[in-house]
Amino acid sequence: MTSEAPVKHAVRVQVNERQYEEEVEGRRLLVHFLRETLGLTGTHVGCVVGECGACSVLLDGSVVKSCLVLAVQADGRAVVTIEGLERNGSLHPLQESFVSRYGLQCGYCTPGMILTALDLLARNPRPTEDDIRHGLAGNLCMCTGYMQIVEAVREAATVLAGATPDLA
Amino acid sequence: MIPAAFEYSAPASLDEALALLSAHGDEAKVLAGGQSLLPLMKLRLATPGHLVDLTRIPGLNRIEQDGVPSAGDQRIPVPVASRLQRPMLSIGALTLYCQIEESTLLRQACPLLPQTASAVADVQVRNRGTIGGSLAHADPAGDMAAAALALDATLRAVGPSGERWIPAAEFFTGFFTTALAPDEILVEMRVPVLEGWTTTYRKAAPRASGFAIAGVAVCLRKGPDETCQEIRIGVTGVTERPFRAHAVEDALRGKPLVASVIEEAAEAVAEGVWIAEDVRASAAYRAHLARIYASRAIQGARDADTPGGLSTGL
Repeated sequence: MTSEAPVKHAVRVQVNERQYEEEVEGRRLLVHFLRETLGLTGTHVGCVVGECGACSVLLDGSVVKSCLVLAVQADGRAVVTIEGLERNGSLHPLQESFVSRYGLQCGYCTPGMILTALDLLARNPRPTEDDIRHGLAGNLCMCTGYMQIVEAVREAATVLAGATPDLA
Repeated sequence: MIPAAFEYSAPASLDEALALLSAHGDEAKVLAGGQSLLPLMKLRLATPGHLVDLTRIPGLNRIEQDGVPSAGDQRIPVPVASRLQRPMLSIGALTLYCQIEESTLLRQACPLLPQTASAVADVQVRNRGTIGGSLAHADPAGDMAAAALALDATLRAVGPSGERWIPAAEFFTGFFTTALAPDEILVEMRVPVLEGWTTTYRKAAPRASGFAIAGVAVCLRKGPDETCQEIRIGVTGVTERPFRAHAVEDALRGKPLVASVIEEAAEAVAEGVWIAEDVRASAAYRAHLARIYASRAIQGARDADTPGGLSTGL
């Protein structure tokens, strides 16, 4: 490639129910597009080679690693990031349970964990501990040892299912 | 980590994609789910000048039996005419791992594919990665390659001069290398309906990446008295390309499927094969795991009434 100006591609994408239209280079990753172009820095950059899951977002309702998707590939699609979960100033039950169960320490992996858990609970509203651990296998946490994260997801599942959480 | 600059095209038809590949030659690279290619591009191990994104081409994401679309993924009765032939399943190259994993048609007719797809990496990768991308990328530790070999799959490639069918056994030619020409696109995999066969996929894999140190896919047809009538074994992760373990298959045909016989046969799984060595496993450890997982996979197929299950922790 020479020094000529890079070709830009139009990306029309819905993020957290808001429509955006931007011009991006082909090599622009979705994670950088979200953070730097749209200013949505809740999606974190971890390993950037697809192993840590910190950048997980929902793309057309399915959790993906936004460092393994080109921004141009999101053209015409809908993205949900961690900023899209609160409603009228109230946190999502998953966010609440991560707080109440201490499902985080440094918080770096938390947005990715929560979006992956959201995908899991959408497919499997009553997951077993094994289901939760298997479902979160693509998200690494360096702090918690995962125990509280698993508990947080289990509590959120109970809340979302409309029952009283088992606090034992 | 950002990929080197490239030109990007998202053709709307296969013809358009083929024209782009012909025009750009070796500079062009096909993009499907991108779950393997994009990491390589970010590490600058791959620097294609032109990326041809197949994901906007209609018709490549489908699972069908005998050319009949599985509408809503309900099993559709096979037309009388095609009942005369061996019933086949067709999986489009852009079918996602998660669709294979959840397909009721495949769970009934070819359970090895959902078993293997569910062992791939993690949910994020399975939501985005495609079977065609996995096969064409030809990672020496690719999971789907082991299944394709054990299923004796046939792969349809389309190029400027038409289409051709490539047996899986001839598809993987070396380290990240396939029988595909640079101007060809893999569009479909065909596998037989596994009537009377039991299957399993087992792999030893470190948790973080999920890449197989050794992975073994088995298709087994039992004869009377728990003997091995026919068996096909695909192995991945062990050497520079996925391969069929013919020595193990030959040692088992006609034999009783008891643990001692299976364990002895599995000893031959990596015989005469150069064994890869890397930061995750020495050659000796990898060969050991290949033998253990071959034995477990064969026994898993034998007992396939119990859920196959996976081994991802070490």
